[in-house]
Amino acid sequence: MKNRLKVLRAERDWSQQDLADRLDVSRQSVNAIETGKYDPSLPLAFRIAELFDMPIEAIFERD
Amino acid sequence: MAVRWSPAAKRYTRRLAVLMAIYLAVLFTAVWLFRHDLVSGPLAWPLAIAPALPIIGVFWAVMRFIVEEKDEFIRLLIVRQCMVATGFCLTIMTVWEFLQNFDLVPPGNGGFGAAFFWFIGLGVGALYNKVTMGTAGSCA
Repeated sequence: MKNRLKVLRAERDWSQQDLADRLDVSRQSVNAIETGKYDPSLPLAFRIAELFDMPIEAIFERD
Repeated sequence: MAVRWSPAAKRYTRRLAVLMAIYLAVLFTAVWLFRHDLVSGPLAWPLAIAPALPIIGVFWAVMRFIVEEKDEFIRLLIVRQCMVATGFCLTIMTVWEFLQNFDLVPPGNGGFGAAFFWFIGLGVGALYNKVTMGTAGSCA
């Protein structure tokens, strides 16, 4: 699954650790999601969407 | 960048340290008692089993780590690590057993049992995670 997490994070000038702290996950999790190595669970995807105030499909899209 | 340890990872590390300390103490005590012929009969059985208990405790600690870790990605890494460790251990033990069955290697294991190879497998699993996922997680 592709995602726009890195772009959205960069727009807010957040580091991976900043985003990780806001999502209450590890920095490794953010890095793995950004690099497409890991697809988040639905609850975490919802948390990400809520944080950026966007619908899930605006952040994640199928390959 | 330094890895921040989660509360579950810290608990796991503490449990591991305590269990390993108990293991060493119990192992040296049991070896000393058996070497000096100070124990025999029914009492020898629980004493022989005693060093296995902290090792079993480590299996429990690893499983608790999986249950208690809140970060789903780290949890995935630990599970992958355990899967690799289990496959590695079963592979080594199976090959070794057949080599023994055909008398190509001597019987016995020289003190290196399944647990030893499972723990080595955890290291292999951490390496596998590092290569394929970019991180070994917060426990290796």
